[in-house]
Amino acid sequence: MTDLHMNDTHMDDRANRNRLMKRIALRFGLYTLLILFALYYLMPLFVMVVTSLKSLDEIRTGSLLSLPREIDFSSWGKAWSSACTGIQCEGLRPYFWNSVLLSIPAVAISTLLGAINGYVLAQWRFKGSNILFALMLFGCFIPFQVVLLPMALTLGALKIAGSIPGLMLVHIVYGIGFTTLFFRNFYVTIPTELVKAAKVDGAGFFRIFFAIFLPVSPPIIVVTIIWQFTQIWNDFLFGVSFSQAGTQPITVALNNIVNATTGVKEYNVDMAAAIIAALPTLLVYVVAGKYFIRGLTAGSVKG
Amino acid sequence: MTSPQKAEHILSVENLDKSFGAVKILKDINVAIEPGDFLVLVGPSGCGKSTLLNCIAGLEKSTGGEIKIGGRSMNGVSPKDRDIAMVFQSYALYPTMTVGKNITFGMKVRGVPEAEQQRKLNEVAKLLQIDHLLDRKPSQLSGGQRQRVAMGRALVRDPQLFLFDEPLSNLDAKLRVEMRTEIKRLHQTLGASIVYVTHDQIEAMTLATKIVVMKDGIIQQAGTPNEIYNQPANMFVADFMGSPSMNLIPAQLEAVDEKTKISINRTDMAGIELMMDRKIEGLAGGSKSVILGLRPENISDASGQNAKDGQVAECRVDVVEPAGSDTFVVTNLGGKQVTARMNADVQIMAGDMANFAFDLSKASIFEPESGARIA
Repeated sequence: MTDLHMNDTHMDDRANRNRLMKRIALRFGLYTLLILFALYYLMPLFVMVVTSLKSLDEIRTGSLLSLPREIDFSSWGKAWSSACTGIQCEGLRPYFWNSVLLSIPAVAISTLLGAINGYVLAQWRFKGSNILFALMLFGCFIPFQVVLLPMALTLGALKIAGSIPGLMLVHIVYGIGFTTLFFRNFYVTIPTELVKAAKVDGAGFFRIFFAIFLPVSPPIIVVTIIWQFTQIWNDFLFGVSFSQAGTQPITVALNNIVNATTGVKEYNVDMAAAIIAALPTLLVYVVAGKYFIRGLTAGSVKG
Repeated sequence: MTSPQKAEHILSVENLDKSFGAVKILKDINVAIEPGDFLVLVGPSGCGKSTLLNCIAGLEKSTGGEIKIGGRSMNGVSPKDRDIAMVFQSYALYPTMTVGKNITFGMKVRGVPEAEQQRKLNEVAKLLQIDHLLDRKPSQLSGGQRQRVAMGRALVRDPQLFLFDEPLSNLDAKLRVEMRTEIKRLHQTLGASIVYVTHDQIEAMTLATKIVVMKDGIIQQAGTPNEIYNQPANMFVADFMGSPSMNLIPAQLEAVDEKTKISINRTDMAGIELMMDRKIEGLAGGSKSVILGLRPENISDASGQNAKDGQVAECRVDVVEPAGSDTFVVTNLGGKQVTARMNADVQIMAGDMANFAFDLSKASIFEPESGARIA
C-alpha cells in the first residue's frame, strides 16, 4: 500500500515538472514572438527619429539604421517654421494650427451629437428608431470618395466652401454615424428602468441626459474622442478636396513639403515634419489609451 | 403619510385597454382600491401585470379606458405630476450619485428647499436604517441595502400612491423574506396605499389586503387573500395560488337529498365515494362530471383533525415527502397526482395502503371545460 503510494507521488512529481517545463517553454516562445513584433513595428519610428536628427551629409553617407554622430535639431526647426509648401516657406506651423482649429470643435461637436443620438436610440425608442439606427450605421460604411461631389455642392450652396468651418462640417457629418454607434451601444446596456425612475422623479429629457447618463459615460467619451480625433487629424482626402491655400490641414501641408522640394531631397526635414504631424494623435493615445481599452471592453454599468 | 384628501378610491382603473400594435396586452381592466389598501397584482410572466403598473405610473400610454388617482383623471398627466413614487426591480439607482443624492434627486428636480431636503432625507434614512450609507455609491452597497435606498427614494416623495414593480425578485431567498416583512411593517406604520406587482404568490398572500390575479391581460379574480385562497374563481387561480397548489381531481357529482355524493375513479383499484354536506345547484337528478378542488391541507391522515367528519378512504401511497413541519403524501385519484398534507410524525412508507381523511367543507367545484367555479 505504502509502496504504491510512494510510487504515485513520484509519478506526480515528474508530471508536475514536465508541465512546468512546458509552461516555461511556452512563455519563452510567446515573449520572443512579441518582442520580435514590437521591434518590427518600432523600426519605422526609429528610422524616422534617427534620420530627423542627422545632417543631410550624414544621411547621404551613413546607413539608414546607424545612430547620428552628432544630434542636430535644425531640421525640426525648419520643418516647423521655414520649410516650403510650394511657394510659401512658413513650415508646418500655420497648418498645424489649422488642424487644431479644425479638429477640436469637430471632435467636440460630433461627440456631443453622437451622445444625444445614442441616448435617444437606446433609451427613448420611437417608431422607426431601429431603421434610423441602421441607416446611420450604413453611413459608416460609405467610402469617402462617394461623398466628395455631393459634399462639394453642399458646401458651395452653404457658401462655406474652402473654409475651415466647411471642412469641420464635413467631418462632423461623416463622424456622427460612428459616434452614434458608440454611444448607442454603450447606453443600450443601461437598464431602461433608470429613465423610468428619473421620469417619476420629475426629470425631463435633457435633465436625465446631463444628470444621469453623461456622468456614467467617460469611458465611451474617451473612446469616441480618440476615434474621432485620429480620423479628423489624420484625414487627407477631405482636407485636400475641401480646403484652399491658407485653410489646409497639416496632412495636406506635410504632403506638400515632401513633394514640393526642388533639388536635394531633405529627408531629415521630411521625417521631422512627419513626426510633428503625428505627435498630437500619439499624445492622445498615451494620455487616454488605458481608457480606450476599458471603454471598448466594458460598457455595462452595474448598480 | 396618508393622503391629505380623503378620496373614496385612491386609485381606480376603469375599462383599461392596452395594446402594442395588434397585440392586446391588457383587456378591459377594472380595479379600485381605498386609501391604505395594499393591492398586489400577481400572475405568471407575460400576464400584463407590469404593463398595468406602468400605465398607472404613466410610463406607458393606455389605448383605452381611464385611470384615476385620488379621484383625479390621469389622462395626459405625466408621471411626475401623478403624485406617485415607484420602486423598480433593478432598483434603478442613479449609478454616479451617492445614496443621499439618489434619495434627494426628485426633490432637487422639483425645487424643494435644501433644508427641507436634508430634513426629509434624515427622516427617511433613519426609518430605513441607512443613515450610515448616505455617502456611498450604489455600487458599494449590497442587494438588500440597494433595495432600502430604492424604497427611501420613494418614501421621501410622500406620495398618494406607492408603486412596487417586483421589488424583491433580485434578492436571495433569505433576504427576500426579511424585506417582505419590512415592507409589510412599513405599510402598517405608514398606512400608505400601495400597488405591488409580483409573480410570487406567497408574497401576494402575505402582503396584500387585496389581490388581483391576472392571466393573458385579463383579471381572473380580485378579492381578499382569504377569498382568493379559499374560493378561487376558476381553476387557473386555484392552481396558481398556494404551495403546493390545489389538487384538481376529476369527479362525478350526484345529488342525494340535501347532500352531494362525490365519486372519484381510480385507475388501479375501485373508486372512492365521499359525501359533501352541501347541495350543489343544477344537478337535477342525474350525475355531472366536474373537477373537485381540494387544498393539500384539506386531506390529512386518519388520525388528523379531518378524521372526525368520517370522510375517510383508503388510498395507495405513491410518494412521501417529509418537509419538517409537515409530511406531504402523494397518491393517485382520478388519474391525477393528489398531495395530502399530513402530520410530520406520520408513519407511512411509499407503496403502503393508508387512510386519507378528506375535509370537504372548503372544497371547490369547477366546470371541467371552462374551468369556472360552480360552488
